[in-house]
Amino acid sequence: MTYTAASGLFAATWLLLLFPLVGAALLLLGGKALDRAGYQFATLMPIASFVLAVVLFFHLKSQPTSGRAVDDHLYSWIAVGGFHVSAGLLLDPLSMIFVLLITGVGSLIHIYSIGYMAHDPGRRRFFGYLNLFVAAMLLLVLADSYLGLYVGWEGVGLASYLLIAFWQYKPAAGTAAKKAFVMNRVGDVGLSLAIMLMFATLDKVDYAGVFGGVHHIGHADLTAIALLLLLGACGKSGQVPLQGWLPDAMEGPTPVSALIHAATMVTAGVYLIARSAPIFDLAPEARLVVTIVGAVTLLFGAAVGCAYDDIKKVLAYSTVSQIGYMFLAVGLGPAGYAIAIIHLVAHGFFKATMFLGAGSVMHAMDDQVDMRRFGGLRSVMPVTFATFLMGYLAIIGFPLWSGFWTKDKIIEASFDKGGTSGYILGICALLGAGVTAFYMTRLMILTFFGKRRWTEGVHPHESPVSMTAPMIVLAIGSAVGGFLLILNGGVQHWLTPVLGKSAEEGVHTVNGTVLTIITLLVVAGGMSGAYVAFGRPTVRIPWTPPQAGAVVTAARRNLYGDAFNEAVFMRPGQYLTRFLVFVDGRGVDGAVGGLAALVGGTSGRMRRAQNGFVRSYALSMSLGAVALVGALLLVRFG
Amino acid sequence: MTVYHDSFPWLTIIGLIPLVGSFLLLVPGFADLAIKRIALLVSLVTLGWVAVMTADYNVHKAGFQFAQSTSWIGQFGIRYAVGTDGIGLVLILLVAVLVPVVILASWHDAEAARPTATSVRTFFSLLLAMETLMIGVFAATDVFLFYVFFEAMLIPMYFIIGAFGGPQRSYAAVKFLLYSLVGGLLMLAAMIGLYVQSVHQLGHGTFDIFALEKLHLSTGLQDWLFLGFFIAFAIKAPLWPFHTWLPDAGAESPIGGSVLLVGVLDKVGTFGFLRYCIPLFPSASKTFAPYVVALGIVGILYGALVAMAQRDLKRLVSYTSVAHFGFIAMGVFAFTSQGGTGAVLYMVNHGLSTGALFLVVGFLIARRGSRNIDDFGGAAKQAPILGGAFLLAGLSSLALPGLNSFVSEFLVLVGTFTRYRAAAVVATVGIILAALYVLIAYQRTMQGPLKAGLEKMKDLDVREIAVISPVLALVVVLGVYPKPLIDIIKPSVTATYDRANRHDPAPLDASACPLPGGYDGTGKTLPDFLTPAQYAAVKQGACS
Repeated sequence: MTYTAASGLFAATWLLLLFPLVGAALLLLGGKALDRAGYQFATLMPIASFVLAVVLFFHLKSQPTSGRAVDDHLYSWIAVGGFHVSAGLLLDPLSMIFVLLITGVGSLIHIYSIGYMAHDPGRRRFFGYLNLFVAAMLLLVLADSYLGLYVGWEGVGLASYLLIAFWQYKPAAGTAAKKAFVMNRVGDVGLSLAIMLMFATLDKVDYAGVFGGVHHIGHADLTAIALLLLLGACGKSGQVPLQGWLPDAMEGPTPVSALIHAATMVTAGVYLIARSAPIFDLAPEARLVVTIVGAVTLLFGAAVGCAYDDIKKVLAYSTVSQIGYMFLAVGLGPAGYAIAIIHLVAHGFFKATMFLGAGSVMHAMDDQVDMRRFGGLRSVMPVTFATFLMGYLAIIGFPLWSGFWTKDKIIEASFDKGGTSGYILGICALLGAGVTAFYMTRLMILTFFGKRRWTEGVHPHESPVSMTAPMIVLAIGSAVGGFLLILNGGVQHWLTPVLGKSAEEGVHTVNGTVLTIITLLVVAGGMSGAYVAFGRPTVRIPWTPPQAGAVVTAARRNLYGDAFNEAVFMRPGQYLTRFLVFVDGRGVDGAVGGLAALVGGTSGRMRRAQNGFVRSYALSMSLGAVALVGALLLVRFG
Repeated sequence: MTVYHDSFPWLTIIGLIPLVGSFLLLVPGFADLAIKRIALLVSLVTLGWVAVMTADYNVHKAGFQFAQSTSWIGQFGIRYAVGTDGIGLVLILLVAVLVPVVILASWHDAEAARPTATSVRTFFSLLLAMETLMIGVFAATDVFLFYVFFEAMLIPMYFIIGAFGGPQRSYAAVKFLLYSLVGGLLMLAAMIGLYVQSVHQLGHGTFDIFALEKLHLSTGLQDWLFLGFFIAFAIKAPLWPFHTWLPDAGAESPIGGSVLLVGVLDKVGTFGFLRYCIPLFPSASKTFAPYVVALGIVGILYGALVAMAQRDLKRLVSYTSVAHFGFIAMGVFAFTSQGGTGAVLYMVNHGLSTGALFLVVGFLIARRGSRNIDDFGGAAKQAPILGGAFLLAGLSSLALPGLNSFVSEFLVLVGTFTRYRAAAVVATVGIILAALYVLIAYQRTMQGPLKAGLEKMKDLDVREIAVISPVLALVVVLGVYPKPLIDIIKPSVTATYDRANRHDPAPLDASACPLPGGYDGTGKTLPDFLTPAQYAAVKQGACS
């Protein structure tokens, strides 16, 4: 498998990355001198990349299908023995879509942030981090090797860390940022090991080499690689069991939640799996696991989304759930890769719309996020309401809006998988659609309709035009995007060279029209349920959440996901580290301390260490021996 | 092993410059400021010479270059023999880069720690003497000469810790000295054993490493002599469980001393594995390799876990090094070109990233007058440049891709993976722990509400920025473009392993390949050490 070497216009691919990178470097190293004008410069950077991306897109489109994978080799990065990795960029139909999404939505959110962050003393730093994120995200999708992708992968993790912790004086922000980075690192262990296994089996870690050699890899190793990649994808995309960091990440400023934790970065896991299609194609067991992760996550996110009162957290769990749909789709293999990407792009638009809308609401409500304190905002913030409505209709899959085209395709493809598993997955997806309609309708009602339950002294107002303009653009995308994306199967055909033929040709398990009607009925059911519970004029929404039964309580505590991590990893980890600190210095140190005392270099501390610690010497030495034997077994028989 | 003699005594001159400087500082009459300026100038001149020598180094010759050899103590066959391959060269480069940084970083430390008339001249004189000895230890090609440098290094370090260190300095200094001396004695015994063998086999005694590696040693003897050298190096490195002197020495030493101690001095241990243990005792190295890798894994996990729970900033950084040295040892004894090259690159990168961490921590401690992590909090708001420097140094320590340490850490892991799969898998868990100890420390010191007592905390001044920025610049540059260093290191690592007859394993799933004995091609059996010819044969099959 080979890619065309970049020449002519394609040799400028690296400029896509350079613009935001220069912006980041300038703003972060430039110091206070750039406090006033730096953000304007930074806003131009993703716009410049976007313009270039559009030019490159049309240029790529003008190439024959076989010539649409262009490799821009930059330099040799690491070369040791058989391990060769070059710094290179791969522009192909798949990466092109992502580049357009990242730079397009990225530019809009930079513009929005001008208004949103206007009064923040850390504005320069904020725009610097945003530029850094765009550069890293572009590297993630453009790299031509798994190791290059890994650089972008952890690069976006860093940007995400910095932006979650942006208001670093808030203790919760620092903790949430750390949690995000560490949980991502758990996933990254999977990605690292996958790369090592590729090298050990094929001597290659670049896409061309790996995809060209997948047929030589034994089935067990191939499945292992696929599952390790999945672990990485789960970390980055907030999929069960590594979902816990994403809702906490809402501590960051809202534009960050829109760009990084909804539209782009968190979908990187879907990109990784779609990019690795040649591997997953040959590993059906691993694909099944992907679909299970997707189905579980989409239900998990939707269920928890029903219980939260924090508008950003609801949207965050909704993101978790929607990415679950994408995982479900990519797990279906060639039948689902393209529709996963289509839903990803559509989701990028409608979720960004809603996050920016939420930001606009928070801006108006003095940074409150509790929906129990909202209500009746429809008339005070008409633009925000109208744009949010577009996003809402898109996510629940209201006929003709985005989700109607893209999410229904996933439900259909799940049933079309065939067999019992197809029915189970399809029903999960269908059920998820109903729950989604429920919690999103609840969010709409609590925020924009009903009585005004505002905290005293709050005077909501519509946001400035620098904020509403990007919202309007994204809302238009939410309304018509889905239809345009599936029009004539354009995107599917565009992606075929990378991902293989997609679903359309397959045999349908359930008649398409019937399924659409069933789906709409389920969605209508969810909407009505929310209306009955929260929307009827007689319903009173109290400021504090009412007592609830076991199920709702569990959902309010994210189904005990955090409690589980606390009990299984954090507590024992703390005990372990404390214990090791206690033990350290009683083993060899004791012996040498004794020798020192003998030689004459005594000190009070050494003498004290001598007395009465014989048992702990013995204990720590035997523990050390156990650790060593364990490690040896790994080395010998692993 | 080819040795390229040079008529120009590069290494001797480079070693002498700081020594002359060191004595010059002792001449009475210089004012304190003049002493500091002279010391800085001398270290910069040394750096310049090393840079020129590096430019003159031929990366296409894997042998020892700039070699020189003259008789020193004739009746014992002891020679003054120096020369360097790529491994020694990059470490000499590291010394030359870090010493000026340390001198500038310690600008006010000597008189602050010890307000006497002679403290400044003593301190900087000791630093320059250290530089000579560190260059010597990496350049020696005569085992006896190496031993002399190895032991002599202890003396200035002992005084730097003991005279200029923290409250527990004498305890830490004595402990450091005793540990090192015990190791040194074992090495001395092993050295004498080698010498006796050379008398028997060659008819004349020698300490020349190129002659010694040609000796035929029985398996049992090799094992014992290997252990003598190995334990000395394992203490120096330090490898778990020989590490317990390091947190005390690292914490009690003045910051400049900590940087040199952990950044450079400790590398003598891991350097010794490659330069002495493997070529001199190839079969014992193979025998003990799994044990060393096991010690490495334990160190990686143990060091990280203990670091996480430290309250003392300097002890925390010291324990992270225990984990890093675990990676280095693992890479060296994985016997793959990636593992070995990664390990040597790791030595350089660790010098930079841990050096940077110690420096940043030093800035913090100097401002607050406390090493206790609980005395800090929210400092990034008061001192954003300091906060940024801390974060970048920390990210380098946790091996963020794009920064220097990632290249070396990933090479070590991938190089270990092809030989000891399960070991590499467990070691990879270390990257989660690394993220934890770095981010916990950063959160506690830099984020959250401002801690009382830090309201007047100042950001970095010009001198401090000049100290930290070159190191951080290297952290970034070597992450993006590590090729120059890899080009220097890799041929020498391969040559070292060739001397011990060790080669990279073939890709496992090259199933259709013509196979050497014992390898079933299904990936079920790990191929043991293939010869280059066998490796090439496997590669030429259907694997391309």
